[in-house]
Amino acid sequence: MTRFRKRRKTVVVSFAEHEADILANLLRNLVELLYDGMPPRATESNDPLAALLDSDGPTSPPEDVVLQRLLPDAYSEDDQASGEFRRFTERGLREGKVSDAKRVLSALEESGADEIALEPDEQLSWLRAINDLRLAIGTRLGIQEEDDYATWEKLPDDDPRRLTYDLYDWLGYLQSALLHNMR
Amino acid sequence: MTTAPSELGSPEVDDPSKLSPPWVTIVWNDPVNLMDYVTFVFQTYFGYSKHKAEKLMLQVHQEGKSAVSNGNREAMERDVEAMHSYGLWATCEKS
Repeated sequence: MTRFRKRRKTVVVSFAEHEADILANLLRNLVELLYDGMPPRATESNDPLAALLDSDGPTSPPEDVVLQRLLPDAYSEDDQASGEFRRFTERGLREGKVSDAKRVLSALEESGADEIALEPDEQLSWLRAINDLRLAIGTRLGIQEEDDYATWEKLPDDDPRRLTYDLYDWLGYLQSALLHNMR
Repeated sequence: MTTAPSELGSPEVDDPSKLSPPWVTIVWNDPVNLMDYVTFVFQTYFGYSKHKAEKLMLQVHQEGKSAVSNGNREAMERDVEAMHSYGLWATCEKS
């Protein structure tokens, strides 16, 4: 059972061992996905200006639907402007998300089922990484705005989506509990 | 006493420099992000009060979108990038 408590500005979280493993596995998959399809960074030698400006990123949206949700277009009706935005920002956004996920991963790997003390800046990384996982799983499940929450809650045990939905639900609980303890 | 030109006469505007912000950052509703988290992001990133952050979050939730900041295009692209780093679905557009 996951537990949270607050010690001044520090939030202390403890997981059951299988929960820490599940969270770590989800994060490893997320990191892999975020690395997938990234063109190699320009180096000083092959394009010094691009390397300097960090302007060698992709100009079209990723193919994977989860990546499309994690890295959406910045302009709803201007593909060219979206492409330019991507060129300058997508790599940095991916790297930021990877860095958040890895931060949570290393805390989990170090502490296992022991208590993990999260300082304020670590709390931010945890919130963002958990949110990215929820976005990834929610997108894979095809959760829609107009969906009735109750139908998801009542999925029968033999429904192939049941376990995934339970994970999604648990991540929502983690995020809420962390937020609540940060206030 | 003079009459303000009609296009400048919006009574809600209290800061003349904000009369016609050229660009806005729009945050769109999505089925995954938790309401508390969205409020938290608006407070943390923009430094908005809890009241203002909740008002914007509810507007996103109920009306499907909300303009959460305004300014020049570069500033709005920075805000959109930050919203994406938090996992919020945001775009920028000319207001």
